Amino acid sequence: MDAILLARMQFAANITFHILFPTITIALGWALLFMRWRWLRTQELGWLAAYRFWTKIFALCFALGVVSGVVMSFQFGTNWPGFMERLGNIAGPLLGFEILTAFFLEATFLAIMLYGHGRVSERVHMIATALVAIGTTMSAFWILALNSWMHTPAGYEIRDGVFFARDWSEIIFNSSFPYRLSHMLLASGLTAAFLIAGVSACQVLRGRANVSTPLMLRFGLTLGAILIPLQILAGDLHGLNSFANQPAKVAAMEGIWETQRGAPLILFAIPDEAQRTNHFELSIPYGASLILTHEWYGEVRGLNEFKGSHPPVAPVFFAFRIMIGTGLLMLLASWVGLWLYRRRGWVAERLPRPLLGGLALMSFSGWVATVAGWYVTEIGRQPYMVQGLLRVDELASNVPAAHIGLTLALYVTVYLALLVAFVRVVIYLAGKPADLPAAPAPGAPLQITARIAA
Amino acid sequence: MNWTELLPVVFYGLMGLAMLAYVVLDGYDLGVGLLLHRARGHDRDLMVASIGPFWDANETWLVLGVGILLVAFPIAHGMVLTALYLPVAFMLIGLILRGVAYGFRGKAQARRKPLWDLAFIGGSGLAATMQGWMLGRYISGFAPGVEYLVFAAVIALLLPAAYVLLGAGWLIMKTEGDLQRRAVYWARLAWAPMAIGIGLISIVTPWVSELVRERWFSLPGFFALMPIPLATVLALGAVRWALDQPQVRGRLCWLPFVGTVAVFVLSAAGLAYSLFPYLVVERITIWQAASAPESLLIILVACAVTIPTIVVYTVFIYRVFHGKAQLPSYG
Repeated sequence: MDAILLARMQFAANITFHILFPTITIALGWALLFMRWRWLRTQELGWLAAYRFWTKIFALCFALGVVSGVVMSFQFGTNWPGFMERLGNIAGPLLGFEILTAFFLEATFLAIMLYGHGRVSERVHMIATALVAIGTTMSAFWILALNSWMHTPAGYEIRDGVFFARDWSEIIFNSSFPYRLSHMLLASGLTAAFLIAGVSACQVLRGRANVSTPLMLRFGLTLGAILIPLQILAGDLHGLNSFANQPAKVAAMEGIWETQRGAPLILFAIPDEAQRTNHFELSIPYGASLILTHEWYGEVRGLNEFKGSHPPVAPVFFAFRIMIGTGLLMLLASWVGLWLYRRRGWVAERLPRPLLGGLALMSFSGWVATVAGWYVTEIGRQPYMVQGLLRVDELASNVPAAHIGLTLALYVTVYLALLVAFVRVVIYLAGKPADLPAAPAPGAPLQITARIAA
Repeated sequence: MNWTELLPVVFYGLMGLAMLAYVVLDGYDLGVGLLLHRARGHDRDLMVASIGPFWDANETWLVLGVGILLVAFPIAHGMVLTALYLPVAFMLIGLILRGVAYGFRGKAQARRKPLWDLAFIGGSGLAATMQGWMLGRYISGFAPGVEYLVFAAVIALLLPAAYVLLGAGWLIMKTEGDLQRRAVYWARLAWAPMAIGIGLISIVTPWVSELVRERWFSLPGFFALMPIPLATVLALGAVRWALDQPQVRGRLCWLPFVGTVAVFVLSAAGLAYSLFPYLVVERITIWQAASAPESLLIILVACAVTIPTIVVYTVFIYRVFHGKAQLPSYG
């Protein structure tokens, strides 16, 4: 295999592994802040137990995100030396801002969050928790600004093949950025929501529910039920933005080959790029035109208009359906789950076991949807690195293919092992009894002196 | 020197400081990681706890250093990282293992703990060795030839020793009782390889690199530079002296660590002087590799605002976690 393909596979493997953990921590940071605040307000032990348990998961995800993020900071140079030579003037400062405003902030205050118990006041601890949440969100802000710019470049000029910054506010707030940022932040919220609901459901099923379980099941379901409609809306708006700026990507997502008016919405098909057609197509007439142009006879440009410069169709087409399918499942699970839970008087044990089982199986559904969504948008940008301006194959790597292959195998091995270890540890921790101060003797006045982080 | 010529120099300095901060800060983490194999049970937990609040932010200095290289000198970034592709990858695997082992060892089932400790020790060792190898290759400008590879291999063995001394110094400062006594012993063991290593690098580097030879052994530069090696000898001597004093376990517990840090700082100053203005010896200078001035300027503004802030809250963290390490009550 040639070096550039291996370099791309390696980068894809790394970024896929990396994104799993920030996707959890971005939203979980805010969720922890909420749990902490609820505990201080209500003095309900469930919130304290929840805070302590999810802090452990947060710390683990954070460490996994940091180490894979460090690898990424190197791979910009090792895998794409051409990338920084051509785009350094724009990508460099954005990455730099991320390091300076987010990485140090979150890494430093995480220390107080995890180990500051008894060493700082409750107030400082709360502020530290908030700063960690702000840090993870800032990190998403900068990296998505750069990523969005690669899809919808603006505010630049090109001199001798090298990009130069002309207007930083145009670069940062490029046209797809608001949609991508909200889509990603909501994805993070949903990932955390379903992880929390799923782990709680799992605890109920295994008979390991503790004082925090019913609260967390309700919290996860409520968060999911609120965020999923917002996500569907944000996704739709993001799709319209792509339709305007990256019609080839949308054509691949929809599986539409010929430019047409009144294009059907293809629910399922097997796209065949060799024959440039779909097999086993199942579609709703006029659907795509209606969704994309809001008109029955709106024009949708087909892949054949972009021959030689459109993305590989099948991966984008299927990844898109996986994302949408997972999203619809989330809608169903969170709404039905919340409705039933309320009807059963918020007693988790009275919920039907299939529902609990389904939620438990959906613990990591946020990962599936997020990764599928990223594949849609990133593979959908191919063959370009910067949409319409710079092709990926122009950025050769000079590292021998054998070296890239060797390190790819190493990274993949380590990552798979860590993924298995992570899921197993989450399951293990979920089965342990709640981490709480000893209960007061019956009859004694309920006096809770334990601090949030005792 | 006008503004556009000065900017790359400023970034060279910033990058050097970030790298130095990384080597010193993560150096003690890696050193403690390497020493972990000499301890068991409660001592191990305490050693890990002593670096717990810090390792994450410490590692971020590496990201900043490489980030500045990437952002300010993109051409050199491609050149250096392509030449060091494999050692960088191995170092990263090491850092991954060390970092995740930190998170997992306290949370996984008890029977898995030894496995994560192994990852912790192995990861620290791999990262430290690869950093030494890269330093050796970098100093010689990635020159081909067996003698240069041997040079890099020797540094690959000596840098971990230096980290161990730093880590032992950290433990002397952060622990008490039996563990502290053993840390003093570990520091004594690591001192000799560290001192020999510094001497070796000082003798061999001018021989390996013509540039360095010219820089250091021409008059009057030779005399102007004498304070650097003299101060290094002084700092090394002070560390050795302190390790034999009974007060090292009391009032002077900071001295081995601070002395070792001084040795690192002086060595970095010497190295920077030797190589400036080259990013890759004899091949590319900071001015040839620099990004466009308008991009450098915006990052400089960002650095001017954020780096002092980072320093302030880093100092705050070190104050919060000042004093002897304790096991976290949970987490």
